[in-house]
Amino acid sequence: MSAMYYTKEHEWVKVDGNTATVGISAYAAEHLGDVTFVELPATGKAVKQFEVLCAIESVKAASDIYAPVSGTVASVNGVLNDRPELVNESPEDAAWMATLKMSDPAEVSKLMDAKQYEEYRKGL
Amino acid sequence: MEALKETPLAGRHRDRKALMAPFGGWDMPIQYEGGILAEHRWCREKAALFDICHMGEFLYRGDIAGGGLEDVFTFSVASIPEGRSRYGLLLNERGGIIDDLIVFRLGRNEAMIVVNAATAPNDFSVIRGRLKPGAEFTDISSITGKLDPQGPLSREVLVDLLGKEVSSIPYFRFVKMDVLGTPAIVSRTGYTGELGYEIFLPWDKTVELWDRLLADPRVKPAGLGARDLLRLEMGYSLYGNDLDETVTPLEAGLEGFVNFDKEFVGRNALQKQRAEGPGRVRAAFRVGSRRSPRHNFEILRDGRKVGIVTSGGFSPMLGCGIGLGRVSPDAAAPGSVLSIRHEGVSMDATVCDLPFYKGGSVRA
Repeated sequence: MSAMYYTKEHEWVKVDGNTATVGISAYAAEHLGDVTFVELPATGKAVKQFEVLCAIESVKAASDIYAPVSGTVASVNGVLNDRPELVNESPEDAAWMATLKMSDPAEVSKLMDAKQYEEYRKGL
Repeated sequence: MEALKETPLAGRHRDRKALMAPFGGWDMPIQYEGGILAEHRWCREKAALFDICHMGEFLYRGDIAGGGLEDVFTFSVASIPEGRSRYGLLLNERGGIIDDLIVFRLGRNEAMIVVNAATAPNDFSVIRGRLKPGAEFTDISSITGKLDPQGPLSREVLVDLLGKEVSSIPYFRFVKMDVLGTPAIVSRTGYTGELGYEIFLPWDKTVELWDRLLADPRVKPAGLGARDLLRLEMGYSLYGNDLDETVTPLEAGLEGFVNFDKEFVGRNALQKQRAEGPGRVRAAFRVGSRRSPRHNFEILRDGRKVGIVTSGGFSPMLGCGIGLGRVSPDAAAPGSVLSIRHEGVSMDATVCDLPFYKGGSVRA
């Protein structure tokens, strides 16, 4: 059983055991506009919660993507190298960006669940 | 802060859920619901419609050759035949670019000057200050609307709506004709690299023309986001990004629009710079990935800073990042290998020729 959580910077993370799959929310994808480039992180890279994981560019602007949890990059979604537009088409599913091997699963408590995120987003 | 101005189509844009943003003092549509890339593609394949009512228009009536107009611009207005238009520059005494613009020769004693929105008030006072007394010089921006259908199907669309007179307008020429029962100017000019038209008509008629054009399934609206990508793929300069008062035409790659055989304000400064050689020149470059260079990113060569990016973005037609910049002359030769850097981001780039995109229908 996996659960989705969100950050204030509009990343989502799906937690399944010790593995966290990371992407950006549908709201973020819509606001970025057409995504033209995704800089995937290197596998093996260690990141701390809320630090820069990688970057994304749209026709309009470039943005950093932050790690929702601390851990080590276990895998990346290489499909996005050739098809960055997948971020617009399927932001919260097919366009996952990386999986992290979590170093501190308790950090999830600092994130919002889907309902809390929806409230947060409405208030923006 | 002054309130943003609105074109007559602001309500239409909001009805279409356009993303609106400030541009040159105006609240303008950046994109509609389908997104910038879809609008860009529609313009390259079909016909896109742009609301360009924000741009400035001035009307000059009087002696064209002797009224002082000749000294105002880097090109000769008197030598423009009636029914034709010419692109060029308005300079300060130092040769810096106050604006880039197009002059339409409406008649023997009549010309229309079309300028950028943000610079329009200053342009008007600068030009007026250089004219001799006696001529009539009027800012008609607030009564002149402008709609630009651009794209390979734009001619068929306009012929169906306005009549076959449109089909015979050659590139950079225009006709005065009735549009929806009112006198208008239909000009075969644009900035997308595609066959296209700019239609000048009374401000209060633009909504009707907008609706009539969009009733045609070949036409879709496009915002300033798509417009910026399209013009960038052609390598056209954008005022405020690539051009400003601190940049001369020689530094901006626009020497071809300067006629040194005539007098104009800024000529002495330019001649001096031409004799000495400008210290920086325009370069166009392609990035080796899908990354977008952006305005003010640093340009390096062999680890040394040689210039800055003035415009950049992702080219849908080339599938890579492209950009314009100003660099030291030794780094501007086609094939030169550059590195673009900004806050830890680094991308390789190679200097290339313009336009970036060569497949456009503009001369069709």
